[in-house]
Amino acid sequence: MNEIPALIRVFAYLSILTVGGGMAAFPEMKILTVDVHKWLTFPQLIHLYSVGQMAPGPNMMMIVSIGQWAGGILGAIAVLGAFFGPTAVLAFMVAKAWKKLEKWPWRTSIQQGLAPVSIGLLLAGCFSMAKGAITGTETAAIAVAVLLILLQYKVNPALLVLASAGVGILTFMP
Amino acid sequence: MADTAARPALQLGETAAKAAAVSIWEIFLEFLIIGATSFGGVVPYLRGSLVTKRQWIDDKEFVEMLSISQSLPGLNATNMAVLVGEKLRGAMGSIAGIVGICLPGGLLMFAVGIFYHHHGEHVWITAALKGVAAAAVGLILSTVVSLSKKSLSHNFDFVFMAATVIAVNRLHLGVPRTLVAVGALAILFHHPRKAQKESVKP
Repeated sequence: MNEIPALIRVFAYLSILTVGGGMAAFPEMKILTVDVHKWLTFPQLIHLYSVGQMAPGPNMMMIVSIGQWAGGILGAIAVLGAFFGPTAVLAFMVAKAWKKLEKWPWRTSIQQGLAPVSIGLLLAGCFSMAKGAITGTETAAIAVAVLLILLQYKVNPALLVLASAGVGILTFMP
Repeated sequence: MADTAARPALQLGETAAKAAAVSIWEIFLEFLIIGATSFGGVVPYLRGSLVTKRQWIDDKEFVEMLSISQSLPGLNATNMAVLVGEKLRGAMGSIAGIVGICLPGGLLMFAVGIFYHHHGEHVWITAALKGVAAAAVGLILSTVVSLSKKSLSHNFDFVFMAATVIAVNRLHLGVPRTLVAVGALAILFHHPRKAQKESVKP
């Protein structure tokens, strides 16, 4: 229960780092939830994130699981509010100011400038996750296969992730 | 490159007729449906529902709102819910939208978290999750590739991209400092080139 203030602090902070997507906050999320607060282990974080990719809706709903582990149902609610509240308020204010910003020449500069940085953050998050997820030839092969299939064909990614669970069972069962 | 700048100015709030009569409850319900059915990425479901089915916003507004969502912190899905909700019914519309889109996935992951906590050590679950995690890495990489194709406007952008990765993963500068440092450089690099002399203050 006394974890709740820490949950709110951590997830409100992570919230403002999610420029370009939830994965941008992943390296920081690993440090804070795993190393600093020890709410879960690194493999558990990777598992929750990956399973979360199969859930419908915004792709970071796995934070609810972390909140639940650390602080029960109140923890889950606190994490949701902390993670989505600050950015929602910001988006709301920007929506209000949008007409004024439209004539501002730097708006395009900001959009064009943030694009490569946000993609870089996504890639950085991907690498720090790969450190835990890609453990050998088999896992690397699964990742490459998913990448190539998604680039080549129009498949629902959630189905591919689900199929990889099957491949995992067939490959890694002792 | 000038593609975003050249786009004609757009007034949010012009698909008036259909949008005028939308109730808070309808907004909540529509986003709840999107939140419950959008397997494998929210954006196409948002478009199908808000533009095609409900016609609450038109395609141009959708693209514009999506580009705002992408430049702001926050997930695309929730930022879109806030922006569309705001357009339809102000603050209450935003709240209805974001709660609706988060609720189904949130409840699901609440249950999954409890289940995983109790049964995560079973051999077959561990084996399945190894596959799932590897697939997630491939999925993120494919997002990196398709975003690079879509939203990079200059070859030099790859340098900013690489600098970001190195700053976070090698130099361990942390996301905030990287975002500010590399972000500022990249924004300056893309500074407005047209001779616009009017006030450039925010």
